[in-house]
Amino acid sequence: MNELVGAAYWLPLVCGGVIALAIAMYIVLDGFDLGLGILFFFFPRETDRDQMMNSVAPFWDGNETWLILGGTGLFVTFPHAYAVVMPALYVPLIAMLLALVFRGVAFEFRWVAKPHHRKWDIAFAVGSLIATLCQGFMLGGLLGGTKVEQGQFAGGAFDWLTPFTLLCGLGLVVGYTLLAATWLVLKMTGTLERRARRMARVLLIGMLAFIVVVSVWTPLQFERIGARWFAWPNILFLSPVPAATALFAWACWRGLARSRFIFSPFYSAVMLFVIAYIGLVISTYPYIVPPSITVWDAAAAPSSQRFVLIGIAILLPFILGYTIFVYYTFRGKVRADEGYH
Amino acid sequence: MTAVLLARLQFAFTISVHIIFPAFTIGLSAFIATLLILWRRTGRDHYHRLARFWTKIFAVSFAMGVVSGIPMSYEFGSNWSRFSEVAGNVIGPLVGYEVLTAFFLEATFLGVLLFGWKRTPPWLQATAAVLVALGTAMSAFWILSANSWMQTPAGHVMRNGVAYPVDWLAIIFNPSFPYRLLHMLTAAYLTTSLVVLAVGARYLLAGAFKEEAHTMMRMGVGMLAILGPVQLLLGDQHGLNTLEHQPAKIAAMEAHWHDTGPMDLVLFALPDQRARVNRAEIAIPHLGSLILTHDWNGRVPSLEDFPADAQPRVPIIFFAFRTMVGIGLFLIALGLTGAVLWLKRRLFTARWYLRTADWAWPLGFVAILAGWITTENGRQPYVIYGILRTHDATSPIAASTLAASLTGFVLVYGCVFSIGVYYIRKMIRHGPKGAAVASAATGHDLPNQPLASARESTRESRSEPPVI
Repeated sequence: MNELVGAAYWLPLVCGGVIALAIAMYIVLDGFDLGLGILFFFFPRETDRDQMMNSVAPFWDGNETWLILGGTGLFVTFPHAYAVVMPALYVPLIAMLLALVFRGVAFEFRWVAKPHHRKWDIAFAVGSLIATLCQGFMLGGLLGGTKVEQGQFAGGAFDWLTPFTLLCGLGLVVGYTLLAATWLVLKMTGTLERRARRMARVLLIGMLAFIVVVSVWTPLQFERIGARWFAWPNILFLSPVPAATALFAWACWRGLARSRFIFSPFYSAVMLFVIAYIGLVISTYPYIVPPSITVWDAAAAPSSQRFVLIGIAILLPFILGYTIFVYYTFRGKVRADEGYH
Repeated sequence: MTAVLLARLQFAFTISVHIIFPAFTIGLSAFIATLLILWRRTGRDHYHRLARFWTKIFAVSFAMGVVSGIPMSYEFGSNWSRFSEVAGNVIGPLVGYEVLTAFFLEATFLGVLLFGWKRTPPWLQATAAVLVALGTAMSAFWILSANSWMQTPAGHVMRNGVAYPVDWLAIIFNPSFPYRLLHMLTAAYLTTSLVVLAVGARYLLAGAFKEEAHTMMRMGVGMLAILGPVQLLLGDQHGLNTLEHQPAKIAAMEAHWHDTGPMDLVLFALPDQRARVNRAEIAIPHLGSLILTHDWNGRVPSLEDFPADAQPRVPIIFFAFRTMVGIGLFLIALGLTGAVLWLKRRLFTARWYLRTADWAWPLGFVAILAGWITTENGRQPYVIYGILRTHDATSPIAASTLAASLTGFVLVYGCVFSIGVYYIRKMIRHGPKGAAVASAATGHDLPNQPLASARESTRESRSEPPVI
């Protein structure tokens, strides 16, 4: 890597940072609305489901747009990684896309179909669950390593399927459901809020268990990840990661126990996700397709990356600005009469 | 079937289903924005009722557009990984700008438009509608730029089989882009205008929602009468541009096998790909030359002027093109007839015209699909014209996996989107909420009073019977 200087060195890093940010935004934003779909299994009452859906209905389009930005962002800035990863993860990718069809249209179809909306409740819940599982499988498949020969994916359709990917799938289900439960604590009142509080405590314990298991499993299975975290002096620099995890886990627990706690449990859960995500980035850096393709190997032409970065520098502040504007417009607890149909 | 054919079928299927929704929502968002601006300026309530009614239909269509659009942004890589490597440097940023400038704008302000009736001031509603309409048009700008670059690549150099950008303006404004953009945007506005006109006609035939129906009829007819002829002119110019840059496509569109003299215009034929002749041909001498070269005796390159392995297959292109043009001419006739009836003050009463308009609603969509089938097949056997052949562009994925995913897409899309179209039909049958309903059964016009004002802002159940 030493021969790379100037733009050829830092452009791919900046682009990698932007893609990582887009994926993080997606995981946090669509995470809670996918988790809400999974929570439908536990909230059978129609009025509860109406309110749960209303609490995310103004945002879901925007949330899923981060998924498009993640996909096209990878295409734009790292076409080589895009061309290797998508074929490698073909099966969970297509399954996720099809599941997202069901849960996406359910947002609109459910209201039009009333009173015959049960099938869209099921589509929303099952679609959300499958999409989440597939995203976990894709994460696990990517971390587990991709077989590359002559610059192309050279493995089979089910190479991604290992015990580790199954673990990642389940972990993401628990994590997204935790985000959704804490979202309900933030947006709901009455019995719905109380039930969400109780569920979130169980889910928080589950999520922490998965974080611990992944943190033990990956350094043991992948030598380079072990070296990254436990070699001196890295262990010193990286120690804030587990410390921050512990801090926000505590804050989330306190927030769930007392409704007047200064920091809403939703934000603590988001921070837990962000820290876990940073941990994964630290583990895989500088690879974009572990264990062979780095951000520099996969980078698009500098002119292409520069052209897109200019657009991102100008437009991303606007996008973040009006995303915040919409969340601000629809802030606070959901009113019972909200909706448009 | 081979993996290449399966990958092509999957892309063709997913993008054909997808394009229906953006084509509709591009026009519909502009229509809604216009209605809200008219409402703000005139204060007439029926504009507002119409805007809210169409916004609900917009929401359902937009949701289908989003969920069918997400797969598109992944299929480049999952099914066309060699294409992604070759074209990524050039096409990638165009698609990236589409997401950055258009998708977030549309998705975010749609949230305001749908759910903000109670929480935001009226001017913000109108602004949100304008921003959504702007977003849909921007999205068309970038994705058509990317597609046009695949048809008429420019502004790049090839190194080791990979395209590298040299001049971004030349890439974005590649030779076929301005024509394709205007042609497609006009097609989208025409398609939506026709749907609006058809719904207006349907309400009048049923004797319901008169005030709303009159507005929809006037706006629909006006758009058709103006944009129909404009589209003919744009199509002609687009054709001349194609003749300049992709003459083999023109030869296939016209089933022009041999260049033996001034070109006929083939009205109908059964092109025989193997024998390279037209059977059962009906043709007008010289007219082909006149249209394509604007010269009575002009010569047009024929298919035999191109190597056998650089020719598209004729029949599908030939018929798709004729379908598009035939529908286009019909829409012009429909628009002009409507304009004449309007001048004679018979637009709202001529039942034969109302019935024709009612029946014509899907034609715009058919024409758009036919047009895309023409231009995309006409680019074959290349995926990037002259640079990368389609069969060299695929991913290393087994045919069996592709067969499974294609089956999945057909089943899921077939089920979900046909139900979606059924729901839109159901919403149209219920009509604008709060509008004056003249019951067809009683034949009396009710006074113009809100029917459900108490529930105006709540998502009400749709168990009550449809109005028409």
